[in-house]
Amino acid sequence: MERPAWAPRSIDISVPSVSRIYDYYLGGSHNFEVDREAARKAMEFMPGLPKIMQANRAFMRRAVSFAVDEGITQFLDIGSGIPTFGSVHEVAQAACGDAHVVYVDHDPVAVAHSEAVLAGNEGAGVVAADFRKPQEILASPEVQRLIDLNRPVALLLVAILHFVEDADDPYTAVAELRDALAPGSLLLLTHASYEGIPLPAERAEGAVDVYKDIRNPLIMRSREEIARFFEGYDMVEPGLVAMPHWRPDTAPEDEDPYAFSGFAGVGRTA
Amino acid sequence: MSAEPDGPEDRLRRFATIWSRAVFPVTSTSATRPEFEQQLLPLARRLSEALKARTYDADEAKAVGAALVSVHCTDPEALSRTLDCVDAYLVLYCGEDGVQEDLRARAARLQHAMAAGFAQALRERTLAEQEAIAQAALQAQGVVAQALHATEARFRAVFEGAAIGIGMADLEGNVLQVNGALLRMFGVSEQTMRDRNVMEWTHAEDAPQTWKLYEELVRGDREHYHTEKAFHRPDGTVLWTNLTVSLLRDADGNPQYQLALMEDTTERRLLNLRLRYEATHDALTGLPNRTFFFERLEKALGAGKGQRFGLCYLDLDGFKTINDSLGHAAGDRLLVEVADRLQSCATAPGEMVARLGGDEFVALTTGPDTEREVDELAARIMNAMVAPISVDGRELTVRGSIGIVEGPAGERSPAEVLRSADITMYRAKSAGGNRFELADPEADARAITRHGLTTALPTALDRGEFFIEYQPLVHLGDGSVRGAEALVRWLHPQHGVLGPDRFIPLAEHTGLIVPLGRWVLEQSVRQAREWRERHDAAVPMRINVNLSPCQLTHPGLVQDTVDILERMGVEPDALCLEVTESALIGADDDLLKPLRRLAEMGVDIALDDFGTGYSNLANLRRLPVSILKLDRSFTQSMQQFPADPVDLKIVEGIVSLAHSLNLAVTVEGVETGAQAEQLRILGCDTAQGWYYARPGPPERLHELALVDATG
Repeated sequence: MERPAWAPRSIDISVPSVSRIYDYYLGGSHNFEVDREAARKAMEFMPGLPKIMQANRAFMRRAVSFAVDEGITQFLDIGSGIPTFGSVHEVAQAACGDAHVVYVDHDPVAVAHSEAVLAGNEGAGVVAADFRKPQEILASPEVQRLIDLNRPVALLLVAILHFVEDADDPYTAVAELRDALAPGSLLLLTHASYEGIPLPAERAEGAVDVYKDIRNPLIMRSREEIARFFEGYDMVEPGLVAMPHWRPDTAPEDEDPYAFSGFAGVGRTA
Repeated sequence: MSAEPDGPEDRLRRFATIWSRAVFPVTSTSATRPEFEQQLLPLARRLSEALKARTYDADEAKAVGAALVSVHCTDPEALSRTLDCVDAYLVLYCGEDGVQEDLRARAARLQHAMAAGFAQALRERTLAEQEAIAQAALQAQGVVAQALHATEARFRAVFEGAAIGIGMADLEGNVLQVNGALLRMFGVSEQTMRDRNVMEWTHAEDAPQTWKLYEELVRGDREHYHTEKAFHRPDGTVLWTNLTVSLLRDADGNPQYQLALMEDTTERRLLNLRLRYEATHDALTGLPNRTFFFERLEKALGAGKGQRFGLCYLDLDGFKTINDSLGHAAGDRLLVEVADRLQSCATAPGEMVARLGGDEFVALTTGPDTEREVDELAARIMNAMVAPISVDGRELTVRGSIGIVEGPAGERSPAEVLRSADITMYRAKSAGGNRFELADPEADARAITRHGLTTALPTALDRGEFFIEYQPLVHLGDGSVRGAEALVRWLHPQHGVLGPDRFIPLAEHTGLIVPLGRWVLEQSVRQAREWRERHDAAVPMRINVNLSPCQLTHPGLVQDTVDILERMGVEPDALCLEVTESALIGADDDLLKPLRRLAEMGVDIALDDFGTGYSNLANLRRLPVSILKLDRSFTQSMQQFPADPVDLKIVEGIVSLAHSLNLAVTVEGVETGAQAEQLRILGCDTAQGWYYARPGPPERLHELALVDATG
């Protein structure tokens, strides 16, 4: 058997994984002690981290519902991580029975877990690939099978771009993906930022350092830098805003202060 | 369902609202709070009913506790807040008009059961999720492992099948793994190899830095090194390898293993050594050759301050004669013996002997003391030649001429040094040979011209730099022009017109005399034809052409001459070949045969410079000669009047002897009328000299002949 290009040389579960840490923030148990240790360390600096993740999930839910309302039935979720509750396929397929969802992640454990969760789900699939190689994603059998690139697609880049360093040129990858999508496609994006965090930046940096230590550096970008990912897209109202402000179902004032960390937005290709 | 204000339904909803507000902040749900409240409402209803049921049903409460987990209230704080809520508000909002005390007791029991149900559900969910993630990890590992296995199998095939030797050892030098190629190279079993330590693999030929590099590598200060290294094989032979050793580090960057890749270069090395030897040694004598010598000389000349060099340039005297008379095989054996003797003269460190080619050898000495050493070296060489060399049962006495150059390093180039040595050697040779001379800049400068001429000669002929002047031969009896001697000149681009004395010996030495001589003959014969065509004299004009000793022995002489005469349509009697007396001294029949053939054809043969050698007069009859050319030394004294009576007697005698042998007599160097008159009286037949004409272009002779004809 040919070793897939993405496959790491070995799976080392003694190294924390961002997707399992994310699961831990969301109260899940799809994680190991190393993951929890890293998560607890980050939470020492930012106790409200779980609230940020929750806000991400809530935004994603609203944005997916919005996409379904827009008539979109195809979803490409890159950096999907470990699908716990309220995943894209749950939300999308609940709203539209024949919605097609493809998850993409480069963490082989997350991929294996997704495969288990999606077993028997005809409309959903998972691709083991790296965001930095969009052509591999687009050429994958799952994308070929489940997604018709001639029709609009909702591309989800939720809480992933802040794990891609500038050296890896995330802007080019995002542009390559945009160019592959049919007009009317949507980009659903959230991104970490020092802006909006209800803490002094020095404290937030402590949490950022934890990610650096586990060799998954967290790249905090400014609003302007994040807005550049939407090049070639028309922003959907209300534009690039803090997560609770994006088409809220309930009053944003009721949200936890941490939920306002970072930015979320949806863009539409012309 | 209707909810009349403050009716039971309305109160139930208010309870659910309070509950959801209390718990929502600690849930992980992505639902909104109102949605979450809708999820709690059925649970509140079940609690309300359980509160009022006739019999206590723990399972209902447990189910509610478990349901909390399934709406993602996995934080223990969610349970705590739920229980607070139930404790404070369930009886109040849902108790209706039951007995307060009983209701409170029931609510407490419900809380216990809810907690148990929550704990159990959470435990199950946790276990299930742990199981799921562990399975996923295992699954992922399986995929990777399978891929790795395939990769490893492939790498193993590469490792085993590689033509180069591959070996791995730990940092202490213990051999861990080696491939087949490496075992084959060393000629040992895997076990033997595994029992050995890398540090034992020393070899006398190890480059000095080899083990220093090794130490640096295992210390982690060096990532890899590359070297040529020899190893002992158990059968006693040597294995030469191109060795590359790399350091392998673990994931944290700490040195872990050393990896050696080696290529067997034994054969190639041997071949290289042999090629190098062949390229730098003379096949006949085994001495270093010119290439090798130049390398060493260059090194010696490039040595630092205080270092000097001394060079002896040896050329055997008369080797050509030995070669010609005894044959090349004998000549070769002689050279081998000379080489051996020379070799024994230069055994000290810094000394070397080389054969440059032919019978030319060099001996080099280097160091601070060569001023003294080089003289000793030359003396040793001369001494080594004293004893005769036995070749084919003959005892041959070999002599040599040596040119010595000595000086400090760093001043001259190898070519300059060698040229100076060459020139000096020629000086020794011209001084009679069997001696050595020390280089002297002035003598060098003189000789350099000679050297330059020698090297320029071959191209000079191609470039048409030679031309011929003609000096008339005049009949003493009637003063008529009977012919002319062809004299070759070289119009040298730098040195101007050069006479034959300047370059004929050089041409002889280099062998260029043969083509040059042929060219002169051809040009002269062509000129003779022209004269014959224009000048219809009673006695035909004749052309005299000089033959050098070398041409005389050249096997093509007769044929070349015949070809030229025939091609030009000129009768043989129009040609006279001049041969020096010295060239014919001791000439045997073999040497005379071509001259006889030419004479028989009608070509005149003149004996040039007669009277300078110790010729056997009796021998004259044997020679196919028809003319004697008296050397100018006999006639010089006749330029004055009265002439030296002894000279007169001698010339008279020679003329009479010549005439009695039917030989005509020509005199050279006639410069005055008195001289000419005297020679006429003495009976000489023809004369040449400045009195008549200097050598000049062919047209001049034509004019002269015309004057003669009309006068």
